[in-house]
Amino acid sequence: MSLAVAKKAAITSTGSSAWRPAVVAIAILLVLAMLPSLVDPYQTVLLTYGLIMAIAALGFNLLLGYTGLLSFGHSAYFGAGAYTVAFIVRDLGAQSMELCIVGGLLGTLLISALFGFVCVRHTRIFFSILTLALSQVLWSLAFKFFWVTGGTDGIRVASAKLTLLGGLVNFAGPGSFQRFVFAYYYYVLGLFALATVIMWVVVHSPFGKALQAIRDKETRANFVGISVRRYRWIAFVISGSFTGLAGVLWVPLNGLTTPDILYWPFSGEIVFMSVLGGFRTFTGPIVGAVVFNYLKTYAVASTEYWQLLLGVVLVVLVLALPSGIVGTAARLAARFTRGTS
Amino acid sequence: MTIFIIQLLNSFFYAAVLFLIAAGLSLIYGVMRIVNLAHGTLYALGAYVSAWVVGGAVGHAASGTLGLAGLLLLLPVGAVAIAVVGAVIEPTLLRPLYRRPEEYHLLVTFGLLMILEDTMKFLFGGTPLTAGSIMDHMGSIPIGRLLYPTYNLFVIAIGLIAALGLWWFIYRTKFGVILRATSQDRRMAAALGINVSRVYVQAFAIGCFMAGLGGAVVVPAQAAVLGMGIEALILAFVVVVIGGLGSLEGAVAGALIVGLVRTAGIQFFPEIELAVLYLIATAVLLTRPTGLFGRA
Repeated sequence: MSLAVAKKAAITSTGSSAWRPAVVAIAILLVLAMLPSLVDPYQTVLLTYGLIMAIAALGFNLLLGYTGLLSFGHSAYFGAGAYTVAFIVRDLGAQSMELCIVGGLLGTLLISALFGFVCVRHTRIFFSILTLALSQVLWSLAFKFFWVTGGTDGIRVASAKLTLLGGLVNFAGPGSFQRFVFAYYYYVLGLFALATVIMWVVVHSPFGKALQAIRDKETRANFVGISVRRYRWIAFVISGSFTGLAGVLWVPLNGLTTPDILYWPFSGEIVFMSVLGGFRTFTGPIVGAVVFNYLKTYAVASTEYWQLLLGVVLVVLVLALPSGIVGTAARLAARFTRGTS
Repeated sequence: MTIFIIQLLNSFFYAAVLFLIAAGLSLIYGVMRIVNLAHGTLYALGAYVSAWVVGGAVGHAASGTLGLAGLLLLLPVGAVAIAVVGAVIEPTLLRPLYRRPEEYHLLVTFGLLMILEDTMKFLFGGTPLTAGSIMDHMGSIPIGRLLYPTYNLFVIAIGLIAALGLWWFIYRTKFGVILRATSQDRRMAAALGINVSRVYVQAFAIGCFMAGLGGAVVVPAQAAVLGMGIEALILAFVVVVIGGLGSLEGAVAGALIVGLVRTAGIQFFPEIELAVLYLIATAVLLTRPTGLFGRA
């Protein structure tokens, strides 16, 4: 799986024609669509988690990779999406997943617009600390207001009660979890594809180019007439909303939302994913999220000291391969093609 | 009135511990421009090592001959151990990164945090460690009609001594001059014949020593538990953001503010106590990005 995506990434970053990435993307999508019938349900669940985190990392990287802002508080938007869904399901008794998505996105939009307005006034280390501090406000509220959020017990969101596609697919009755896993995978895959296309369009639009100009030289960007702060704010809101969507999709699969996803080490994990895949490339965060998810799952399953393992991976990565999986693969591929042709 | 004095003492106790952690964080940032996300975990490691050493001594048959003074002398072992750890970390993990953007500093220290967290779990297990016998030995003194643990006053004194000592060290010694020169202009300092690499190792080790000392003094009053460092880091962040990253006066002022607000918060508004602290930090960052005492 990851190999295929890495290959795609190598082609997207070196290919000159705009058609090649589209063809490769469709090929990968077809492979992904066939997977659940080939592998066992557990792998499908893992891949679903990976795709959900890929949406989050994709959003995160609009800030880090394209705008040059390292947010250490993206747990806030993931959590905002997740908790909004939990409230909608618990307090409004809603069942439609689409309603949850719309509600969750609105909730995230509100939070990220507010936080972003505050945060984009600063850059560099102050931006990171500010995003961190604000995300911890949400965490402490979720942690302390246990009569609203359930505290550390969290809020349960039973997948069996949800319906997809406006009620066309529901999971009541026997074998509900298996049916949910199967259907939800395609649901997430569709949204993942949509999110990827939207992000692709965003970063290749004049707006996206303006963000990259801001990243590379703020003063010059300002000089050519880009209102830097507003562009950063819009990028922040888009970025937060993508991560919020991931939070929305994550809740039914996990079945539970707890303050852990608002705590700052979770933001660190999102950063980790982007760096693992390579934050200087478009596909890097996607690959990074999927790989990280497998890495973490198997590390947790195989050793009590999984954190140590992941920490070593991160440190080695930063010291030896700062361009991540995709960046390194692209470099190798470029060298290889130069060598043969 | 008595209650008020006790609350005030509690906030000073809390401020003293926070100052020790935050001053180390601030010093490291001031000299090397590194925001060390693993700093809180180093504090936790200091707490574990001290609790382990003191607990081991108490459990040992020779504890009778050690007495209170002996136990108190054992307490800083944690701080020294963390300084040694720091002296190993700086040249191996941080030195290759000084020329890279600061994102990488955050990432590598985040990785270090993960590694250290599990190292503690591996070395000391999941059960909390404590050095409570020191606190019991020191007894308590009457304040009004209530009794207050003497140990807390001892910690406040250590915080004061550390602040004064650090001030003296930075502003009145030759090494302090070298430290400040290096933090002002690394290349000029190197050109003047200062061994910058060595200064960096020393500064990082001192910063780690402060974190370890914070952990050491806290452990007789409360047990060392897994995860305590992650929480402490964020509070230390709040302190240095309020006071100003890289400023000693800022660390004192920030620690006092956080100590007072936290103690009042636990008493009067427990639900939003933490949120208020983060909001104060946010407000300060917005109005004065460099903090109350920071220089740009």
